[in-house]
Amino acid sequence: MKLTCLSKGQGYYFPPCHIIEISGFRILVDCPLDLSALLIFAPIPVYSDRRLEYAFDCSCHVSVDTDCAVHKKQKVENSLDASSLIHGVPWYKTVSSLHLWDVSFIDVVLISSPMGMLGLPFLTRNKNFVAKVYATEATTRIGQLMMEDLISMQKEFRQFYGSEDSGCAKWKKWEELVKLPPSLQEIILGKDGTELGCWLSLYSAADVKDCIQKVHSLKYAEETCFGGVLIFKAFSSGLDIGTSNWEIKSPKKDIVFISSSVLDAAPAMSFNYHALQDHDLVLFSDFSSLDCMEDVEVETSHSAPINEIAEVAAIQPLIDSDESSEEEQKLGFICSYAVDSLKAGGSVLIPIGRIGVVLQLLEQISVSQEFLNLKVPVFFISSVAEELLSYTTIIPEWLCVQTQKKLFAGKPLFAHVDLMREKRLHLLSSICTTDLMKIWQEPCIVFAPHWSLRVGPAVHFLQRWHGNENALLVLERGLDADLALLPFKPMAMKVLQCSFLSGIRSSKVAPLMEKLQPKCVLLPENLKTFVGNSNTKSMSVIYYFESIMLRVPSLKRSAELKISADLVSRYQWISLKEEDINITRLKGELSVEHGKYRLLTGKESKGTCVDLERLSIALENMGFKITVEQEVSCRSGISFDIHVHEPSKGLIKVGPNITTISTSDKDLSSRIHKAVDTILCDI
Amino acid sequence: MGIDCLVLGAGQEVGKSCAVVNINGKRIMFDCGMHMGDPKHPYPDFSRISKTGDFDGALTCIIITHFHLDHVAALPYFTEVCGFRGPIYMTHPTKALAPLMLKDNLKHMINGMGDKEKFTSDDIDSCMEKVIAVDLKQTIRVDEDLEIRAYYAGHVIGAAMFYARVGDASVLYTGDYNMTPDRHLGAAQIDRLPLDLVITESTYGTTIRDSRFAHESEFLKAVHTCVADGGKVLIPTFALGRAQEICILLEDYWERRNLKVPIYFSGGLTIQANMYSKMLISWTSQKVKEAYTNHNAFDFKHVRTFDRSLIHAPGPCVLFATPGWLNTGFSLEVFKQWATSEMNLVTLPGQCIAGTIGQKLMSGKPKKIDLDPETQIDVRCQIHKLAFSPHTDSKGIMDLMKFLSPKHVILVHGEKPKMVKLKGRIESELGIPCYHPANNETVSIPSTHYVRADASASFINTTLCPNFSFKNSASEDKCTSELQICDVRVSEGLLVMQNNNQKPNVIHQDDWSGKTDT
Ligand SMILES: [Zn+2]
Repeated sequence: MKLTCLSKGQGYYFPPCHIIEISGFRILVDCPLDLSALLIFAPIPVYSDRRLEYAFDCSCHVSVDTDCAVHKKQKVENSLDASSLIHGVPWYKTVSSLHLWDVSFIDVVLISSPMGMLGLPFLTRNKNFVAKVYATEATTRIGQLMMEDLISMQKEFRQFYGSEDSGCAKWKKWEELVKLPPSLQEIILGKDGTELGCWLSLYSAADVKDCIQKVHSLKYAEETCFGGVLIFKAFSSGLDIGTSNWEIKSPKKDIVFISSSVLDAAPAMSFNYHALQDHDLVLFSDFSSLDCMEDVEVETSHSAPINEIAEVAAIQPLIDSDESSEEEQKLGFICSYAVDSLKAGGSVLIPIGRIGVVLQLLEQISVSQEFLNLKVPVFFISSVAEELLSYTTIIPEWLCVQTQKKLFAGKPLFAHVDLMREKRLHLLSSICTTDLMKIWQEPCIVFAPHWSLRVGPAVHFLQRWHGNENALLVLERGLDADLALLPFKPMAMKVLQCSFLSGIRSSKVAPLMEKLQPKCVLLPENLKTFVGNSNTKSMSVIYYFESIMLRVPSLKRSAELKISADLVSRYQWISLKEEDINITRLKGELSVEHGKYRLLTGKESKGTCVDLERLSIALENMGFKITVEQEVSCRSGISFDIHVHEPSKGLIKVGPNITTISTSDKDLSSRIHKAVDTILCDI
Repeated sequence: MGIDCLVLGAGQEVGKSCAVVNINGKRIMFDCGMHMGDPKHPYPDFSRISKTGDFDGALTCIIITHFHLDHVAALPYFTEVCGFRGPIYMTHPTKALAPLMLKDNLKHMINGMGDKEKFTSDDIDSCMEKVIAVDLKQTIRVDEDLEIRAYYAGHVIGAAMFYARVGDASVLYTGDYNMTPDRHLGAAQIDRLPLDLVITESTYGTTIRDSRFAHESEFLKAVHTCVADGGKVLIPTFALGRAQEICILLEDYWERRNLKVPIYFSGGLTIQANMYSKMLISWTSQKVKEAYTNHNAFDFKHVRTFDRSLIHAPGPCVLFATPGWLNTGFSLEVFKQWATSEMNLVTLPGQCIAGTIGQKLMSGKPKKIDLDPETQIDVRCQIHKLAFSPHTDSKGIMDLMKFLSPKHVILVHGEKPKMVKLKGRIESELGIPCYHPANNETVSIPSTHYVRADASASFINTTLCPNFSFKNSASEDKCTSELQICDVRVSEGLLVMQNNNQKPNVIHQDDWSGKTDT
């Protein structure tokens, strides 16, 4: 087995990306986009400002001259201002080292979260893409909605700049690039200057549709078998609704892949660690605790940051109630901050893209008496708002135990159902709908994408409220806030930066491994200092680095062969007395099914009897032009060659025991394979 | 090693489904139902599981397939009165909806039942607390050796077939199922699994049903004619399942014909059930599922709550009332009032439990029904038999048995003569041994067993690559699972047993010669 970490990603929105090679198959885990790189683009300017004012039919209150209380942090590159940003249709940054791999060599793609899916249409639209994609049902659905939302937000840019702009992207030319401030250059080119090639113009709605069709969606703990030998199972990781860890079983090795996980989650189903116990190998791919460390360096110059809660170093029981109550406190804090702003007449903008957090905030709002007394409306504005929220009301199977209890009590799963019925929460597909004008009222709370503050309705509201010191923006930590807010300066609007639990805390890694008891653990090199030399007598720990292939030593477990009992009873044994050994020659039919080798009673030897006539008819029916080369009969059977001329060249060699298909055209080979298959099935 | 199946209920009858299956020493109880038409023996004879009453020791777990009373109603009795404390599994919808059915049933609990056999509403709650909810297709590990998995059965919302495996032996218990999709549910769906035994329902073991569409329009015509003439339609149903299906049918028809005649549901129960159904939409048919964002099919526009005072109100209406077999309760109360008029219509399900008034009405056309020695009802109203049913017909049963091709079949949940015929067909047409035990009988069958050996890498490598045939590989759209190797090179392998107590080894002949050389 080999492991290559293509990217360690960055936080919740940019999960890591790996390639695992096992039993001769290549498995890609996750295919994300680095959406924080959208920061290099400028949001759509004035035009939309005007549109907002039209829409609301009111004059602009924003006094641009107000010198806000925000004191700018001293920067090395003073030259960076809103005009340095790229004015054009945004492009999207994919994982750069993924481009070094031949797409056609990937056999399986495992998707662990909706975020890990956002780059997938770039792969699936490649005509050489043949891999089977697995994701949970909930991840597939939510991922699809997120991709559709991206496309609809992108549309606004296309309309503004005209569709021809997106094709050429002037900024990518070298002479334009050098004019950009160094910090933007670094985002574009990466630290080592190699990432220009991984920028792509966004996929189309048709690409997304096609991509979703290629996803084989699973329930949690549903077994699926690939190629007869690999068995995959998804288990809840607790990060968000539908997110998963993976169990990969091969005849020689049982592996567990752990993505960013939240031990005691809500409203998503909690991390299922029972299912991950007693495997040969744990591949730990939760880099989130490293993000937290980096976060400390990012000093926030804006008002009222939420205190980073200190890591507790002592080894504690895996799930401590503090963790979830901490999360609850944060939500309560945001809610009380929002109420304060509303009371002062300012509106609240929440551009958070995590469904779980949005649902929890709505939950918190619905029980806040203070908020309910205020009689202000809540808007959720997104092209997929309605589909997303109505989807959450019908998926009890994917939610945590507390939320499931509501189902069993006959109550709606989420409070947003009641908020909507009471007309406190309004779902709108965009800010340009006529509905908006009818019900618009300020101050209000607005949930709107996108968290990058570059695309989507959130931009319009920032442009509208940035000068209002009573207004509040709730921003997630991890995003470069200075750069993110650059186009909206001067900012009088309050900014509340908060971080939500996005993975396993580093202090919990060692205790978790103790619980899981694998023979071997693969850990990111960066975690070395946290895991240290904790008492890992029984398991070996191997560290891996980003973009360096790691060969995992064989665990020397031999494959198990199951021989049916009645077959064994028919064997004739030879006893070697001096060694006390009984020995016999095997007979029967070997089958590889569902990751198991079985020796069954062979009915009669069937062999691979491919009939020339039937095969050529089948091929001709599929529209191939073929010629047949002389049949040769020998003792063991008949062999012949079929040459395929159209649609492209190929050779089918049929022997008594073996049929080989040789062609350089992948599509052709799979079609020939189908033809051979059909005639064999008829026998 | 083997499989024993003890049928405690639904053996050569319909009612109190309950089968205890012992697979290689693990004992699973499938369903725990109550007989609605037999007040003397409402429950399965649990004493046959354990003479001493140590049910925790005698059973590994209980699995409930769906919320119908004849499959779940004895469960609170078994856990709260008999004291079973082991794990209980059912799907999320069954866990959500079974208590509604059970609590509704408390009111109708058969009068003849002894006090010792009764349980309370609190018992139902504490029983349901213990239930572990499972999703379809999830592989659940009950303990180290026992694995179970639910498959979509299409009978009512949340109905599932359950697969159980211990070592190499495996069993499928179908519960009730439907092989054709209906208004709100999809058809049963299952993977092709290697199975030693299938225990299947056989309600319609000899019937072949024609188009559901014809039956539906027949029903709608009968209802429409009745209300158009100012009559009242009584639809006795249980709160869940059939009620929602027929209601979707009527809603759709009302919409198309622009009818304004009120449709009522009696009591809050069915309304509440609709509320649950809205959250469980992912368990319905593809069509209903896809439409949920725009219109949730369980948002009934024309439906109102029925008030007792409306029984004698003039004018046409349609009323859904519980329970479905007219044996007691509100549906019977309304029936007494409405049955006396020719203008009115009563619809009845095709299959009524023996001993109920529904069953009496179905068998022939009685003019008078004796309720009890003092009360007699003049039946003048029209009676319409609902020909569509959420059970599979005989073709569906045969198709499923053929698809699964298990080594043995046991028939339950059907009448004996039908079972005998079906057994004959399964044995002659499919060549599968088939049994139809009566209640409290046990069927024993052998189970699959493999000898396990460690196979050396050289044996696996030489025999596997690249000489495999494509046999079976396209039999399913899941083209992944079955690669079969027919290869002479298997015989290059040697099976070696040392000292008779170690795990045997499989090695390649070259390995062996290498070994003897040294
Ligand atoms: Zn049933």
